Amino acid sequence: MSNEILTVTGLRAGYDRIPILFGIDFNVASGEFVGILGHNGMGKSTLLKTLMGHLPATGGKIIFDGDDITSLSPAQRARRGLGYVPQGRQIFPALNALDNLRVGAARLDRASASHAIERVLEELPRLKPILTRAGGVLSGGEQQILALGRCLCSQPRLVLLDEPTEGIQPSIIEEMKEILRALSRSRRMSVLLVEQNLDFISDLADRVLVIQRGLLSEEVDPEVLRRGEVVAGYLPSSDDVIKS
Amino acid sequence: MVLLQIASAIGNLALVCAGLAVIFGMMRVINLAHGEFIMLGGFAAVLSVHAGVNIWLAMLVVAPLTVAAVGLIVERLIMRRLYGRMVDTMLATWGVSLLLIGLTTTLFGNRVVGIAAPLGSFRIGGYSIGAYELVITLISIAIFVGGYLLLRWTPLGLVARATMQNREMAASLGIEPSRVYAVTFGIGAALSGLAGGLLAPLSGVVPTMGVAYVAKAFITVITGGASIIVGTATSSLLLGSISTLTTFLTTPVVGDVALLVSATIFLRLMPTGITGRIFRGAP
Repeated sequence: MSNEILTVTGLRAGYDRIPILFGIDFNVASGEFVGILGHNGMGKSTLLKTLMGHLPATGGKIIFDGDDITSLSPAQRARRGLGYVPQGRQIFPALNALDNLRVGAARLDRASASHAIERVLEELPRLKPILTRAGGVLSGGEQQILALGRCLCSQPRLVLLDEPTEGIQPSIIEEMKEILRALSRSRRMSVLLVEQNLDFISDLADRVLVIQRGLLSEEVDPEVLRRGEVVAGYLPSSDDVIKS
Repeated sequence: MVLLQIASAIGNLALVCAGLAVIFGMMRVINLAHGEFIMLGGFAAVLSVHAGVNIWLAMLVVAPLTVAAVGLIVERLIMRRLYGRMVDTMLATWGVSLLLIGLTTTLFGNRVVGIAAPLGSFRIGGYSIGAYELVITLISIAIFVGGYLLLRWTPLGLVARATMQNREMAASLGIEPSRVYAVTFGIGAALSGLAGGLLAPLSGVVPTMGVAYVAKAFITVITGGASIIVGTATSSLLLGSISTLTTFLTTPVVGDVALLVSATIFLRLMPTGITGRIFRGAP
């Protein structure tokens, strides 16, 4: 497909000598919202870390926007348009919220950075009253929205979202859902979301891939996922899947 | 006159700490070669002046640039592989320290070389003080004010602070951490070199001089706490005042003891340093 922004073929990775990913193949089209569903330990976060370059690929290829980025550093990947919102948010704790956003826009020129931050504040108005507060003292939900805003300030074309609902109260999860839905429409950006929250992923994703023991086992129609009774057929243990 | 002497002592202490505040305070690298970076700055200034370079140029430009270059080489060849491994960085910089002492002793011998202090002195009542010592105090103030402005208000400072807090996340936002670390280490080394260059006319230069500075500098920076600029400036002010006043009343040795004792008391009362209790969040 000519409009694919990300093509992953035969991707292998792991920690030291322990392999976690055993040959992942998938693609993300431009403007597409793809979800990857799997329970703990299946390799979801490892996949995103490898795509972002924080873990080296031990095999396979990552093609982003037509270029092979498999051997690039995380910073080089980010400069090409990959955005990353990691598990646990990774907010800079001693910087205030505005400075966190500024770091997101640090590689842009002054005018573009200012515009990027203004746009993010319009899209995420919840950030406005907390701009002067240190990142480390914000609530989990505020940090998650800030992490997303910081990522958006870097003007990514593909956002890698790692379990944004983890440790977040239900009302904020609903808000996050609306925010992501609106952003993917307004910015026409591609999103790769890994989650184990069924409602969240099925409400947002155009298609859902299931990851099991380091391999993508099948593709699931989000509509099917919304019907809770068929979940057990797609996942190794439905007990491990958090249904919000 | 006593106040001028105290100001001068505070200025000297802050100057000696500046480079370490950057390398240890920001990067959490226990740089045991800090004293030798100061020594190298001293040698660079002295040798330049002996070669006919203007003394101000030698102290303010040649010394910091020379040590920045050495710092960048050390960072590229050694430190880059060891970030996040505190004990390893400590051992590595200790090795660098011994290497630099050995090299300079081989090249220049184990003897004190020096240059005359510029500007002369002036008298107040029955006492005289070198004008140059006050210039050093002013330069120290300029370094700390400049450092504060750089860290707090410039994109470079913001990127440096973010990278030191979470290098993986900074990389995910397009920042090259290895470059930020190299620049930060280079700036820290340059500040140590500047200190060595500026202090050369007052203390002379000898390959083993670093030992006299490194302990004081570490104690002052640690007492300052997490905020490297405000913390180091505040602890220099407090410890420098206590040390100088005690020296006036007794002897320089007792003055040094007073500095150590007061630092111990401060850290007992404020285990995270002065800026762990007050001025929190300042750069």
